Amino acid sequence: MLFSADTLVPIRLTLELALVTTVLLLIVGTPLAWWLARSRAWWKEAAASVVSLPLVLPPTVLGFYLLVALGPNGPGGALASLWGARTLAFTFEGLVIGSVLYSMPFVVQPIRNAFEAMGDRPLEVAATLRASPMKAFWTVAVPLARPGFLTGAVLGFAHTVGEFGVVLMIGGNIPGETKVLSVAIYDYVETSRWSEANALAAVMVVFAFAVILSVTAIGRRLGHITE
Amino acid sequence: MKTSTLTMVAAGLATALSFGVPAQAAETNVAVAANFTEAVKEIADAFAKSTGDTAKLSFGSSGQLYTQITQGAPFQVFLSADDVRPKKAITEGFGVEGTDFTYAIGKLVLWSPDAERVKGEETLKSGGFDKIAIANPTAAPYGAAAVETMKKLGVYDALKAKIVEGNNISQAFQFVDSKNAELGFVALSQIAGREDGSQWLVPQEDYTPIRQDAVLLKTGADNEAAKAFIEFLKGPEARKIIEKYGYAVDGAQ
Repeated sequence: MLFSADTLVPIRLTLELALVTTVLLLIVGTPLAWWLARSRAWWKEAAASVVSLPLVLPPTVLGFYLLVALGPNGPGGALASLWGARTLAFTFEGLVIGSVLYSMPFVVQPIRNAFEAMGDRPLEVAATLRASPMKAFWTVAVPLARPGFLTGAVLGFAHTVGEFGVVLMIGGNIPGETKVLSVAIYDYVETSRWSEANALAAVMVVFAFAVILSVTAIGRRLGHITE
Repeated sequence: MKTSTLTMVAAGLATALSFGVPAQAAETNVAVAANFTEAVKEIADAFAKSTGDTAKLSFGSSGQLYTQITQGAPFQVFLSADDVRPKKAITEGFGVEGTDFTYAIGKLVLWSPDAERVKGEETLKSGGFDKIAIANPTAAPYGAAAVETMKKLGVYDALKAKIVEGNNISQAFQFVDSKNAELGFVALSQIAGREDGSQWLVPQEDYTPIRQDAVLLKTGADNEAAKAFIEFLKGPEARKIIEKYGYAVDGAQ
């Protein structure tokens, strides 16, 4: 059997990691994207650039920094000591932290674009109808920016699934904990178990195709509705 | 006019190429298992000094390098961390028959940068640590030797949940050196020259000797530099360097 526990565990773990990361990114990324879209602070483009750094930096840079930062002498180690652990490296939580940073631009950028495309007018209208800023945000801005949220969520999820370098550097290859799909494939290739590598690689190809197709579809459909 | 210019350029190029190659020193690409990194750098320097040829080094785990060789990687010499893959290379048609030999015998050591940590096999038995790093046992011989040692001491099942795997022995070392894992099984060669920390040299009877074999690949059968490098590796100068880095060498040879 190609799809035994050996191959199914990494698939499940990868989906869990991507799901947790996407939810966290929507929670953290939405206010950030809102601020980037609306603020007039002179340093906002500098902040936007920091968010976008992972687009350019090789995963080895992020992986190296994370290995040090998550370790016993870094902030990650201090955090881990709260529950008696020494390091956040080699843990699922550590991978979540890495993934959130690494996939951040893929979520923030589409949401920011959607907020910017909306312009000031819908919110001004909401204000004249006496909606509080908070209410206007939830009942006007968020529904209007729906395509941005969907695209961001799909891209953030997909990018986390496709992550390799960072996980390889901070994961420690622990089955069920940090051995995600991309690392499992690498392992199979290294040990010449090509039938398993083929099976998992095929899963990734189908998944990637589905993601790209759905992002295009979201862009078209919802684009029409909002217009 | 045009044709004559072109002919002249072509002739010039041909001359430069035909005279350029033999006049310059030869070069060979050598694929080296990660644990041998430091030793082979020094050997390559000595090789360049003694022969004028250049050995260009590529590092990785034995498994990764072997996979690349089967897919046509441009290596002429393969220095594996085991004695299985060089033989496999020959039977699968990538290596030159009769050229494989043991260039070093690796020593496994339990190491920690913390001077108080490693006290001997009782450190493993007491299990007073969170994470222990090893190299990936399916791809790297030092990882397999680490697992064998823990099984021999009867601590493998107890420690299993604490094991973190580096993709190769270099990464296992890096996990320990960055203190993310408190201790780990590394190659003695990796801590050669380090004064800090604590270590336990695992007795040879606890694990199958890590015979590290080299082989001349078919791509290098006609490459003088590749053949010279293999010969140099067998010579007294290289053997002295190999021993300095914490390996044993085959006494029989």
